[in-house]
Amino acid sequence: MPSNNIDVFMPIIILMFLGVAICLLAFLASRILRPSNPTIKKETPYECGEEPMGSAWSQFNIRFYVVGLIFIIFDVESALMFPVVSIFREMVDQGNGGLILFEVLIFMFILVAGIAYCWRKGDLDWVKSFNVQNNNKLNKIKE
Amino acid sequence: MNSTVVSYLTGFEPVKQFIAFLTKSLGFDVTALLTFVIFFLVAFVIVNIMAAIGGLGTYAERKISADMQLRIGPNRVGPYGLLQFLADGVKMIMKEDITPRDADKFLFFISPIFCMVGVFSTLAVLPFSSGFTLTQLDVGTFYLIAISSLVGLGVFLGGYASNSKWSMLGGMRGASQIISYEIPVTISVLGICLLAGSLGFNKIIAQQAGLPHTWFIFHNPFAFIAFFVFFTGALAETNRAPFDLPEAESELVSGYHTEYTGMKFGFFALAEYVEVFVVCGVASALFLGGYNVPFNLGGDGLVGQLLQIGAFVSKTLALYYVVIWIRWTLPRLRVDQLMTVCWKYLTPMAIFNLVGMAFWVYWFNGKSIFDLIFAAGSHAAGGH
Repeated sequence: MPSNNIDVFMPIIILMFLGVAICLLAFLASRILRPSNPTIKKETPYECGEEPMGSAWSQFNIRFYVVGLIFIIFDVESALMFPVVSIFREMVDQGNGGLILFEVLIFMFILVAGIAYCWRKGDLDWVKSFNVQNNNKLNKIKE
Repeated sequence: MNSTVVSYLTGFEPVKQFIAFLTKSLGFDVTALLTFVIFFLVAFVIVNIMAAIGGLGTYAERKISADMQLRIGPNRVGPYGLLQFLADGVKMIMKEDITPRDADKFLFFISPIFCMVGVFSTLAVLPFSSGFTLTQLDVGTFYLIAISSLVGLGVFLGGYASNSKWSMLGGMRGASQIISYEIPVTISVLGICLLAGSLGFNKIIAQQAGLPHTWFIFHNPFAFIAFFVFFTGALAETNRAPFDLPEAESELVSGYHTEYTGMKFGFFALAEYVEVFVVCGVASALFLGGYNVPFNLGGDGLVGQLLQIGAFVSKTLALYYVVIWIRWTLPRLRVDQLMTVCWKYLTPMAIFNLVGMAFWVYWFNGKSIFDLIFAAGSHAAGGH
């Protein structure tokens, strides 16, 4: 059995090192072997043969930002689930199954409430999200 | 139960004697040094085998797609074109490396390395057999999910750093897709951890056995659905068709690696193929019984280990074939459909599965559906 944590995590460090080393070695080999005669035309970004218009680092669709926010909430929630889940079986065997099941249900209720809220707000739709609320308001006004 | 390659090897008497001999002759305790050397050698071998499997993956992809489209496929380099990937690799090394003028040079350089490191570090916990695993972390699944996110980082940085509009679109799509599909995948994995009562791969596999009725996929109906949720999410996380929007060649030229040439492009492709293997391996370990051999054939010795590796790899390669098959069968989704599938179908299904499995474990004390059927059958037979 491994005596301490270094033994357990050593392969991970070695593999990370190997990943970097293989990349760098291949880059080095190709640097020695490959031709290199850059021209201005070659170094322009590809835009289907046209001259590139402006920079690509411009304003971007806000939908990606919303997806990122939803993801962070869900990811933190599921990271918190890992300890609960890993002792679930043990607790059931000890006869405390009801308690731990209740806990899982609370966690899941928060998750489901979050996704239901996002769904209701229209943040899960890619395109129409900004119209959903307006439509709801319009419908209420009509009623 | 053996823990890692090193503890498996040091269980043998000659190895113990060798360590004792070295310790005596060198004058210091060589156990740590020898551990490092063995780990390094085994890691090196695994990385090379994986690179070969990634290369052969590109070959398999081309050959299988050729079969499906009534073409011949690569057949010139080596027998049946088997060495095609080596020729491709040599070609990529010899190609001129072009960095766009306005690109962020540093990020452009390191993003393929991020992909490779993210994929290679996941190999550490991949359970090939009960003895031949680099390390058996108690938090194996958690570690795997966490570290494989580095690939998403590489994809996004590659797209961002190129300063090309196609790359930027591909990178943004890739990032949003990978993080979105991580939710259903994580929740499906949580369900399996709940059934096994552990996060470590070795313990999860030890709960299963060789024959299909003991596999976790057939443990209960929720696990059966969870397998498909996991597999769909995993396809999307590795950017495979029908979820290959980040590199949609018919709309985004080549997506996040449009500006990449030569070996840098090669590493993106290699990382993708190795990641598919890793994901299939995880699916077979969590749901399909992993390295368990039916009737425990071969025992715990070397033959048993080889049989276990064979069982694991054959299950993984079968799933690999399915992945390629899906790619050449289904058309690509639209980006809004992609988000709908993830957030409105897969995530609620995954949550439903997790709650269902929690109830199942609570009610039936963790017995599988086949256990219950057998118990009911023997009860009925005994009642006669």
